Amino acid sequence: MTSKDAAAKPAEPSRRDILYIATGAAAAGAAAGMVWPLIAQMNPDASTLALASTEVDVSAVPEGQIVTVKWRGKPVFVRHRTPAEIKAAEDVPLADLPDPEPDSKRVQKPQWLVVIGVCTHLGCIPTGKEGEYNGWFCPCHGSVYDLSGRIRSGPAPTNLEVPPYAFLSENKIKIG
Amino acid sequence: MEGHSQYTPKSGFARWLERRLPILSFIHDSFVAYPTPKNLNYMWVFGAILSFMLVAQIATGVVLAMHYTAETTLAFDSVEKIMRDVNWGTVLRYAHANGASMFFLAVYIHIFRGMYYGSYKEPREVLWILGVIIFMLMMATGFLGYVLPWGQMSFWAATVITNLFSAIPVVGTSITTWLLGGYSVDNPTLNRFYALHYLVPFIIVAIVALHVWALHVTGQNNPSGIEVKDIKRDTVPFTPYATLKDGVGIAAFLVVYAWLTFFVPNYLGHPDNYIEANPLVTPPHIVPEWYFLPFYAILRAIPNKLLGVIALFSSILITAALPWLDTSKVKSAVYRPLFRKEFWVFLAVCIGLGYLGAQPAEGAYLWFARLFSAYYFLHFLVILPVIGRIEQPEQAPESIEASIMRGETSHV
Repeated sequence: MTSKDAAAKPAEPSRRDILYIATGAAAAGAAAGMVWPLIAQMNPDASTLALASTEVDVSAVPEGQIVTVKWRGKPVFVRHRTPAEIKAAEDVPLADLPDPEPDSKRVQKPQWLVVIGVCTHLGCIPTGKEGEYNGWFCPCHGSVYDLSGRIRSGPAPTNLEVPPYAFLSENKIKIG
Repeated sequence: MEGHSQYTPKSGFARWLERRLPILSFIHDSFVAYPTPKNLNYMWVFGAILSFMLVAQIATGVVLAMHYTAETTLAFDSVEKIMRDVNWGTVLRYAHANGASMFFLAVYIHIFRGMYYGSYKEPREVLWILGVIIFMLMMATGFLGYVLPWGQMSFWAATVITNLFSAIPVVGTSITTWLLGGYSVDNPTLNRFYALHYLVPFIIVAIVALHVWALHVTGQNNPSGIEVKDIKRDTVPFTPYATLKDGVGIAAFLVVYAWLTFFVPNYLGHPDNYIEANPLVTPPHIVPEWYFLPFYAILRAIPNKLLGVIALFSSILITAALPWLDTSKVKSAVYRPLFRKEFWVFLAVCIGLGYLGAQPAEGAYLWFARLFSAYYFLHFLVILPVIGRIEQPEQAPESIEASIMRGETSHV
């Protein structure tokens, strides 16, 4: 079709136009289908997805101590809180918290705090028993967490995450 | 641009080739006869220096790749093996690591030169934007390469940078997981970073080719910021004038590069990167390489995760809008009395941000970082547009030739 013909005819869809569009759409769909594996291969593979759970025996953790265990490649903090620490965590008014959550919602047994040890800002590992509230302090960008692992100040947007866990017995915790 | 001389094939083979692939006349027009403004000063040698550094990094990088192992349990040791066992391995690795620093030093001078002399202005907007793309690809390559030695700084740099994407609402965490190939930085991350660290430099080569192409369409800017009017009077042929001057620049640059590589090879590095990566311990004070510090300072200055990440990316992307933010019709700062002064304030702010990026994010450091970050954005969004309107530019000469006749041979 010359440009003269195209100019003379008004733009009215013909059977051929539909064939062109259908062919183009099929080609685009096929191209997307071929690209998908190239993109999806970057997601976690089967071995990474196989969620290993971790069992921790906490009988040897004295009051006031924190142990770090590895779960899914990340550190999990298990903190044996003292009665004073529990009280401090429970007494915080929710209005003071950037991400309000009562302490009771974050623990199964008040003396055991279990949180994922990854700063919710940019993924660094906070150091324990530091910062204004003696909870955790992230050395990377200065986020301060309290005795319940809740964000109190600094750039981190949310509280330290509580992983799924269960008490198998008095002193045994299964994380994951 | 029309050149100073025409290529005429002399040998029979050259004539045969010219009719089939005119590559010899292309090289002649681009690198021999190509007209360069007569008044270029030494700030104009950094294009050649950057080309040299790109080739140097690819050459040293390819040979290092022959000895490196991208596997978490072996990577750190393979780098130490390069340092101790591989023939000339110490020199090759130090040349590559310090080469990255020298590459960034050159690109920063190149960028600030463009800002001072208005090299981004009409008709060089596309040339400038291609430069911004090259700069971002350089940053990506530098970051990916820094992860490979699998030291503590490598690991935590990878963690922090990939977590920047987790700030994106809704899909952020999925994107970070996709980038990492897992829930934390691990073997899949190292493997893909290695593949990409090898790939991206060749993408840079391709964009550099476009950058040089765009340069050769518009011609170079020059210290007076006046366009070439008469090729014979305003310009000299690229060879021998620019080639030899670039050669002098590269030689001087190599003196600094060699000093770093041979005398203080770890001066710009961080000692913690000689500790193998440990996913359970974050070093007490993590800092990026010096060439990322100003952007890192901007990220930390903002006490909100999403806004901090937006500010970080904006601070780089905003430079692409420079041709439209600067409202002054006069290119060179030489004839702009207000901008000429403000430019140095802006440069000082950028260097100040670099200093603050290396300090802990607390107290007075944090407040200065906030002040300087605010100035950084004000410079682009308010100061440049306003200066262009209120400033009374000084009388620029008629032509490059007239500028030289005025005695303005150099504006460094």
